[in-house]
Amino acid sequence: MSPMLAWSITIAQILLGLAMACATFRILYGPRAQDRVVGFDSLYVNSMLLLLVFGIGSGSVHYFEAALIIALLGFVSTVALAKFLLRGEVIE
Amino acid sequence: MNEAAEIPALAATLTALLLVVGAATTLIGALGLLRLRTFYQRVHAPTLGTTLGTAFIAIASMIYFSMAEMRPVLHELLIIIFVIVTTPITLMILVRAAVFRDETENQ
Repeated sequence: MSPMLAWSITIAQILLGLAMACATFRILYGPRAQDRVVGFDSLYVNSMLLLLVFGIGSGSVHYFEAALIIALLGFVSTVALAKFLLRGEVIE
Repeated sequence: MNEAAEIPALAATLTALLLVVGAATTLIGALGLLRLRTFYQRVHAPTLGTTLGTAFIAIASMIYFSMAEMRPVLHELLIIIFVIVTTPITLMILVRAAVFRDETENQ
């Protein structure tokens, strides 16, 4: 692997880690519940991107499947949380 | 498939550029989530990361694995399509829930 690609992978991981830190701050200190849910949404997307970058870095295709599962479950859980905010219960 | 996959220099440059641009776009979106004032402003910012950042990084992954395995590897398109379809749905449901909560509080 060329050194430029290795450096760009490191830089991308650092930037995505900072983005995850911002989302975690919004989860911890969000003034209301919907702010925390938006922070959670941003957090799972960032972790999925971090897995994709890690997969490029390790040269293995298998991290793609983990990223796809994170995307699926994150979407479902965010919709469930939004439904909970709307109604007070998830399954009526 | 081990760690020392050598790919052509042009493809490596393109992959590196797309990776850094995608990660930077995601960070800008997360900073917007951190810095903007009201909820209705904040809900717009992370969509930068979820659409543009995902598209850039998944295209970088597609280029890298296509060049490393000498065959077209296109399954990252699944993630792009899925994220682009689900992001507006998620945010619309969330904003509707937020509007509902604000209205019930104001009454």
